[in-house]
Amino acid sequence: MTALSALIRRDIRIALRVGGGALIGVLFFLTVVVLMPFAVGPDLALLSRLGPAILWLGALLASLLTLDRLFMADHEDGSLDLITMSRTPLELACAAKALAHWLAAGLPLIVATPVLGLLLNLDMVSTGAVALTLLAGTPALTFTGMIGAALAVTLHRGGLLMAVLVLPLSIPVLIFGVAASQAVIVGPMNFGAPFSILCALSLVSLVVGPFAAAASLKHGLD
Amino acid sequence: MSGLNQGKMQLSGRGVVCVRGGREVFSGLDFEAVSGEAVAVVGRNGSGKTSLLRLIAGLLIPAGGTIALDGGDGELTLPEQCHYLGHRDALKPALSVAENLSFWADFLGGERSDTAESLATVGLDHATDLPAGFLSAGQRRRLSLARLLTVRRPVWLLDEPTNALDVAGQDMFGGLMREHLSRGGMIVAATHAPLGIDSRELRIGGMA
Repeated sequence: MTALSALIRRDIRIALRVGGGALIGVLFFLTVVVLMPFAVGPDLALLSRLGPAILWLGALLASLLTLDRLFMADHEDGSLDLITMSRTPLELACAAKALAHWLAAGLPLIVATPVLGLLLNLDMVSTGAVALTLLAGTPALTFTGMIGAALAVTLHRGGLLMAVLVLPLSIPVLIFGVAASQAVIVGPMNFGAPFSILCALSLVSLVVGPFAAAASLKHGLD
Repeated sequence: MSGLNQGKMQLSGRGVVCVRGGREVFSGLDFEAVSGEAVAVVGRNGSGKTSLLRLIAGLLIPAGGTIALDGGDGELTLPEQCHYLGHRDALKPALSVAENLSFWADFLGGERSDTAESLATVGLDHATDLPAGFLSAGQRRRLSLARLLTVRRPVWLLDEPTNALDVAGQDMFGGLMREHLSRGGMIVAATHAPLGIDSRELRIGGMA
């Protein structure tokens, strides 16, 4: 456990220092959402109808933005070699890295959501619903995205490839995340069903992601 | 400090074949090293010195043959008992010298000694709070060496270890290697320059 907590603490520390990825994601999220009302125009009803979708798209793209560095940085400086050789199973190390990435890059997005909800004419309940669905859904984005990051690790400029690999996997998360938020705002569906599926997607990716990522890292040894 | 004294250990490879990118780098390679022995792997550029170290470290899969460590800790695999010092330093520029070292000590686990002491040994005790991004190439190498001292592993795999080290640094490193060998450790080093200690030569890839 010391090994894993050391890895998590190190990754969070790097993300929060100058040049780390944590701030970049939030700033991107902020930019996308702030620009949207200007593009859509001053139709408040339309804005609040589009609100959850905009917030979800922003969060999805923001979490992809920094994900390609998840293994790339460690691969480039040789840390990944030592992590592979270590006594910690690679699957657990992958899970720890993804968790650290989510804490440093995913959680700030959720914290920023209530503020951005104001710009999209969402009331308190709707904003809370979107934030809750993001809390349940973003782990799925990080843990499935990790698979793409592991596949692209040996490629220079693998960021675009990663987006192509990962985006199809994130579609179900997007669908059920937005569906659950819309259920609260416009009805007529109930909130429980899509939200449960969203949680299930996160739990599945929590299990599958680390194994798939570790397998592709081992396969890509060179 | 007794972690290495688990009797006599022997690292051996039999008929090892290495294929990189569809091309056979070397084949039928036999080697062995016992406790307290250093092996200097020599050969021309591209003969597979680094590949051999990475094969032993489990970072490459041999296309044939076996590599095994006898007499080590039976519950650990060979890579888990190795230190690998490659071309890349595994240092994070955003973290300080002390943070880098204590991360690896925590992450690698096992028997460890004091990080401050190791930093003093390699001559970096004046820079513990400096971000590693500001270190020179030689200082980065010294910090990597401190990792080998802090976490005890019986097998050291060193790839051009004296690169970037100044003369005093090379002397210091020679002393560290002799101490490691006297404790019953093993060293396999890929090198062009003389290693600075008594070692057995393993030539791969024909004559230089």
